[in-house]
Amino acid sequence: MVSLKDVRKIYQMGSEQVHALDGVSIEFAQGSFWAIMGPSGSGKSTMLNLLGCLDRPTSGTYTLAGEDVSQLEDDDLSAIRLKYLGFVFQSFNLISQLTVRENIELPLFYQGWEPHECAARAIEMAERVELGDRLGHRPAELSGGQQQRVAIARALANDPRVILADEPTGNLDSTTGDHIMKLLGELHQQGKTILIVTHEEEIAAWAEHRLHMRDGLIDRID
Amino acid sequence: MTNISKFTRLVRLGIKTLLLHKLRSLLTMLGVVFGVGSVIAMLAVGTGASEEAQSQIRRLGSQNIILHSVQSQQDQTTDRVRMSIYGLTYDDEQRIRETIPTVRRIVPAKLIPHEARVGGRTMELRIVGTTPDWFDLVERELIAGRRLHQRDLATRANVCVLTERSARRLLATETILGNRIRVGSNYYEVVGIIRSETGGTAGGVQTPDQEVDAYIPLTTARERFGDIVMRRSEGSFERSMVELHQLVVEVDELENVESTAEAIEQLLRRFHPREDYRVSVPLALLRQAEATQRTFNIVLGSIAGISLLVGGIGIMNIMLASVTERTREIGIRRAIGAKRSQIIGQFLIETIVLSSAGGLLGIAVGVIIPQIIEYFAGMPTIVPMYAIVLSLGISVGVGVLFGIYPAIRAARLDPIVALRHE
Ligand SMILES: Nc1ncnc2c1ncn2[C@@H]1O[C@H](COP(=O)(O)OP(=O)(O)OP(=O)(O)O)[C@@H](O)[C@H]1O
Ligand SMILES: [Mg+2]
Repeated sequence: MVSLKDVRKIYQMGSEQVHALDGVSIEFAQGSFWAIMGPSGSGKSTMLNLLGCLDRPTSGTYTLAGEDVSQLEDDDLSAIRLKYLGFVFQSFNLISQLTVRENIELPLFYQGWEPHECAARAIEMAERVELGDRLGHRPAELSGGQQQRVAIARALANDPRVILADEPTGNLDSTTGDHIMKLLGELHQQGKTILIVTHEEEIAAWAEHRLHMRDGLIDRID
Repeated sequence: MTNISKFTRLVRLGIKTLLLHKLRSLLTMLGVVFGVGSVIAMLAVGTGASEEAQSQIRRLGSQNIILHSVQSQQDQTTDRVRMSIYGLTYDDEQRIRETIPTVRRIVPAKLIPHEARVGGRTMELRIVGTTPDWFDLVERELIAGRRLHQRDLATRANVCVLTERSARRLLATETILGNRIRVGSNYYEVVGIIRSETGGTAGGVQTPDQEVDAYIPLTTARERFGDIVMRRSEGSFERSMVELHQLVVEVDELENVESTAEAIEQLLRRFHPREDYRVSVPLALLRQAEATQRTFNIVLGSIAGISLLVGGIGIMNIMLASVTERTREIGIRRAIGAKRSQIIGQFLIETIVLSSAGGLLGIAVGVIIPQIIEYFAGMPTIVPMYAIVLSLGISVGVGVLFGIYPAIRAARLDPIVALRHE
């Protein structure tokens, strides 16, 4: 279970304060599939970054896997990301010098897996996203959809509980986007908690729940 | 996974990353390559030169003090027939032997340049009238026969010991020992051959022995040649009266060498109004050579330090650029779960790989250059082991020193900001 309680994120911009999140409380049940929506600047990415333990809230508590992670040290946050979380980004964020297989292996490398175990798992994940024949390719040799599938394979490699995706289809055409959403849907079927940020209604339609943000607050849930 | 295999993986990753930009990595390394290379090369040349100087000085005997007779400027008359009286005397020898307790042995020598002949062959020799102790103080290997004996001295025997080279020249293929060489109107039986060294000068001091030496008992030399040496030069006779040309003093303990030299000088000053002698202390020369070497090393060390500093700054510059260039990659790794320390490790290992590779190449350069110098300039060079170990250590150190800041910069990046970086 993932839950936020009265979470605020305040950015100090010179003399002005920006309340990117202005007291958000919500629970995402284990295995649920959420789309986070809202106008630009409403705090969607800020919330996803907090949920992804890439940042700490200014105040409030964030509970992940039964632990309050809102004020952990940097190293502990890294450990939590490595263990519980998988990220999919709008711009894929693969490391361009590494091959598909090496990109997928990254979380396993940081978990200290043996090289042959890493390789076996990476191949399994690549096949899972139907890219078993592209293991030796570099990201630049793949289409956008293929790159995003590699990113999903990488996010899955360490078997996380929660997958966080900030506009995963933002750089893809609608057919490819649907393919990606179908893949995320399957992961949801397998029990992963999935949180995606999106602007598009068609994408949001794949999710079980839709959370609408406005000015750093939850506007409504449907 | 064990720490070692983790480390080798990181090293392999570092090498792989550096190979992505081969030219850039190579250029970055050059600073360290030339720094390390020049240090080793200079040390090799310096050590070679100083080893040679020191071994020459050591041949003089570090426990010895060498006294030479020298003709002072004042007593050179302008007569057609010149006669100068100068130098060390038999009395000097006796006084030194009897009054300075730290003197263990003293070897007098009369030096008479003279032509020697065997059959039709002639050779200009340096007849050295001396005592058997000579062969202990001026250590040269005995190749055949025997050295001079005390008995030869007592009987004023007509025997001589030749150096290998003189023996070859004079006696050619004839049986050497037992043969007789003629010097003036007298014959000397060859009783021994000693190994000839290069002789010459060592640290500015004439070595007591030369390649063209023929050693005969001092008593025999006194009887045959007297104390007056005549030499024809520039159409005029030059006559000089010198009792002893050389005294080699052996001191009992190494630490007494300097004080003994001092005592000898005081003693000689009392009996010689003109300074017609010279005192050489090989140990002092040795110390001087060592001091010179130390200074040389300090200068080299500074040059090395500066060039490695420049090399290090070059590496740091590139690594800082690399951190900026790879901001996105750092963000990705951090988002996935890499700890700051792991990012530091990754970048630090890259710089260390870079600088150590530079160090290894530099060692290769530093070992090859002295070979070339030795081949073309004929200078002896020695690549000291410590220089290689030191350079390798220093190049790793340079990697750590100049890599740590860029690595920390990389690790400090906020993952969110880094991920947004274009
Ligand atoms: N690092 C930052 N420093 C200052 N202000 C920030 C920072 N990050 C976000 N903000 C501000 O916080 C607010 C919420 O930003 P956020 O990125 O969460 O919006 P968003 O909902 O993701 O918008 P979009 O749909 O355009 O991506 C915005 O007003 C933004 O300017
Ligand atoms: Mg956003």
